[in-house]
Amino acid sequence: MTERREFDVLIVGAGPGGLAAAYCAAEAGRRVGVVDDNSAAGGQIWRGEQDKPTQPAAAEWFERLRKIDLEFLPGTRIVGHPANGVLLADDDQKLLELKYDKLILATGARERFLPFPGWTLPGVTGAGGLQALVKSGMSIAGRRVVVAGSGPLLLAVAAYLRRAGAIVPLIAEQAPRGRVAKFAAGLLAHPAKLIEAARLKWELRGVKYLTDCWPVSAEGDDAESSVTLHRRGRTWQEPCDFLACGFGLVPNVELPMLLGCEIEQGHVRVDESQQTSVAGVYAVGEVTGIGGLEPALVEGQIAGLTAAGRDEAARRLHSPRRSARCFAEKLEHAFQLRDELRQIPDADTIVCRCEDVRFDQLTEHRSWRSAKLHTRCGMGPCQGRVCGAATELLFGWSMDSVRPPLYPVRVEHLAQATVTRETSSDVD
Amino acid sequence: MSSAPSHQSTGADVLIVGAGIVGAACAAEFTRAGLSTIIVDKGPVSTGATAAGMGQIVVMDDNEAEFALTNYSQQLWNEMADELPAAVDWDECGSLWIAADDEEMQEVERKHSFYSERGIETEVLKVAALERLEPNLRPGFRGGLRMPGDSVIYSPCAAGWFIEQACQRGAELRLGQKVIELRGHGALLENGDFLQADITVNAAGSWAAELMPELPIRPRKGHLVITDRYPGFIRHQLVELGYLKSAHSVATDSVAFNVQPRKTGQLLIGSSRQYDDETRDIDPDILKRMIDRALGYLPGLAELSAIRTWTGFRAATPDSQPLIGPSIDDEHLFLATGHEGLGITTSLGTARLLVDQVLGRESAIPCEPYLPSRFRQGGADG
Ligand SMILES: Cc1cc2nc3c(=O)[nH]c(=O)nc-3n(C[C@H](O)[C@H](O)[C@H](O)COP(=O)(O)OP(=O)(O)OC[C@H]3O[C@@H](n4cnc5c(N)ncnc54)[C@H](O)[C@@H]3O)c2cc1C
Ligand SMILES: Cc1cc2nc3c(=O)[nH]c(=O)nc-3n(C[C@H](O)[C@H](O)[C@H](O)COP(=O)(O)OP(=O)(O)OC[C@H]3O[C@@H](n4cnc5c(N)ncnc54)[C@H](O)[C@@H]3O)c2cc1C
Repeated sequence: MTERREFDVLIVGAGPGGLAAAYCAAEAGRRVGVVDDNSAAGGQIWRGEQDKPTQPAAAEWFERLRKIDLEFLPGTRIVGHPANGVLLADDDQKLLELKYDKLILATGARERFLPFPGWTLPGVTGAGGLQALVKSGMSIAGRRVVVAGSGPLLLAVAAYLRRAGAIVPLIAEQAPRGRVAKFAAGLLAHPAKLIEAARLKWELRGVKYLTDCWPVSAEGDDAESSVTLHRRGRTWQEPCDFLACGFGLVPNVELPMLLGCEIEQGHVRVDESQQTSVAGVYAVGEVTGIGGLEPALVEGQIAGLTAAGRDEAARRLHSPRRSARCFAEKLEHAFQLRDELRQIPDADTIVCRCEDVRFDQLTEHRSWRSAKLHTRCGMGPCQGRVCGAATELLFGWSMDSVRPPLYPVRVEHLAQATVTRETSSDVD
Repeated sequence: MSSAPSHQSTGADVLIVGAGIVGAACAAEFTRAGLSTIIVDKGPVSTGATAAGMGQIVVMDDNEAEFALTNYSQQLWNEMADELPAAVDWDECGSLWIAADDEEMQEVERKHSFYSERGIETEVLKVAALERLEPNLRPGFRGGLRMPGDSVIYSPCAAGWFIEQACQRGAELRLGQKVIELRGHGALLENGDFLQADITVNAAGSWAAELMPELPIRPRKGHLVITDRYPGFIRHQLVELGYLKSAHSVATDSVAFNVQPRKTGQLLIGSSRQYDDETRDIDPDILKRMIDRALGYLPGLAELSAIRTWTGFRAATPDSQPLIGPSIDDEHLFLATGHEGLGITTSLGTARLLVDQVLGRESAIPCEPYLPSRFRQGGADG
């Protein structure tokens, strides 16, 4: 029942980071496997770009990938790590046992949601989440969408939604004007970003970009809905059909944690060659720190080359990587979430949607573990993926442990999740 | 201004090490009796076995001592059932022992008469009744024994509530403070503080022997799987009768069919027992055996969605009875540990028996079978 595959280099995540790594390792003659839980390659930013590329970088990389041999396993989730050198994957129909010599983690990031009164209403979505829905066919033409939260992602999403026919009256950015202005000025050092920014600016002409502004509640019913925004002491209601929110990105560190990789300030710690604290396991892209496309692409190449034994070629990319990461640091500083956001939930605002846990149930606890045990926060099917990132900001808690399965799996698949130990020990 | 030395303590009547369900129940009981109490735990409340266990409040009949303590404890739980906060998820779902063959059906009859003689209500189920009560069981079982008096709770919140009661009666709770040395008159914390008390209680669960290496306690690992919500999939906690044969075989690793319906609609799938593996990691082979065992009883489980697996440690003693009473070497240092797979249930009985001994009160059941002195050199063999 369990299918078995073996690879020289196994890559988890088919976003830009994973694809760049896959290309480099395969080009060097390694047997490469790429696993992604989506039905097509591309990750967050290149979703849908394989068939109809609109971004030059995506077109270029997918063209390269067409020329090499690798095995892509779409619609497949990594759910466990039963022994060294082995991952378990689940594609809903069956369980797969994937053996590897080298492993590259390119698991990306997800959006951070913050709870505020009304955030669980049907019209309130993730910013990237709404973008993904529209990409997969939902019509947004003529609908009013307020985009709120933090970071350049808001601009990308707003521009995309506008192209798809949405009316975007404003973008609410929580970061202070001074920091955003300084960040924008700093783009001069990153020409590619500058061009992108100029394009976005053009596409977003007529859309108000309000810094120091954030949502404090959402209200509405089938007939009418709105968001209450706060800015510099003033509060007002803004009518909208959708409120698309994203308060920055959170690296997907669950799989790295399960593998025992060291985590540092919420992301995977890596060395010059992208190797994690676990020998033979590399990490690239957002999971090593939020930085967007450029670092993901360079780091993917470094890891792919290193995993294939091409250390010299990998070293030549160290300097481009440093400059890409330098941008990432500026990004992090500019869009740091402000303390006031901790005050937006009410006592009875739901924080954990799986288990219906209210904000006031959490306030008496001192750690994630304590809150989880006594309120069931984070115990539901999403295993804290949503509320964990919120409570990290609200209370400064960090998740203590990750247990298999990483995603819900059929009970019978769990029972197949065994490997013979002697075959697994020879790879580490 | 010079600061006061940190290793000063006002002193209390009782110092309890461990805020699991046993330490918590003891704290509630000591404060009810009017004794000033300090509870100290290296982590938050209920992080040890209490966070890992299934939370079944069950009467057992392996031997008279086990029966006496589980039965007494279950009565105490029933008495407080109405007061328990909603978060404790008290559920009188009862349990059902399933007989796979004629031999196990004889065991059903034996249990039925054992319990009947002692005034415990049980019901012998024939095939048809079993199939009607639990339609998701595979066909072909011979029958079963229904124990309508057994219940299920969410134990971390029960322990939390006991601690809350103790604190309302003036107990002092110290969390995140590890005890590194335990004596009859107090405990030395890792942070250098010394907490003074007239008596101390070691309620450190499977860690009890870290503080007192002479204790005959070994951690016994167990695995559990929790599913998404499927209300009504089963109605009782379902246990195999081979349980006794397999699960209690002390020497080897074993698994047994034990599936519990949670009040949330989730299913908790157990159980396994292993010695000599003190890591918290999931052992894939044991997990496989455990799930295969469960699928042999409830084939429909196969399709359900599992959301998490975890492990926990039971504090096992050589004779499977807990240690409740003064330690062998120090009459001020008491033990309340060694509850193996029954500590959620027996926490309440333990707390009563312990406080009875400290205050010289008469106990509702004999306390001798659980006295630590039974392990004295030359005393009863384990
Ligand atoms: C919702 C969202 C929208 C975004 N939109 C934009 C945008 O419009 N413009 C922009 O510049 N940047 C955007 N970003 C930022 C984006 O993360 C980076 O620009 C870039 O995609 C990072 O590449 P990556 O390879 O590190 O990760 P990703 O592109 O995120 O790829 C990671 C992939 O790994 C998969 N994965 C993770 N865990 C597992 C597992 N256990 N098993 C199998 N597969 C797994 C994920 O499903 C995903 O497909 C967005 C991010 C998010 C979260
Ligand atoms: C898989 C499994 C299923 C089970 N199912 C059931 C069931 O259905 N019904 C039932 O009745 N029982 C069940 N049990 C047994 C039950 O969980 C335990 O017997 C019970 O939780 C023991 O409670 P405790 O307070 O003694 O120990 P714990 O809950 O382990 O508490 C001990 C506490 O001591 C603290 N501690 C330890 N060392 C120190 C130190 N040096 N300094 C400070 N603090 C310290 C720990 O942090 C911990 O909080 C099960 C157990 C397992 C593992």
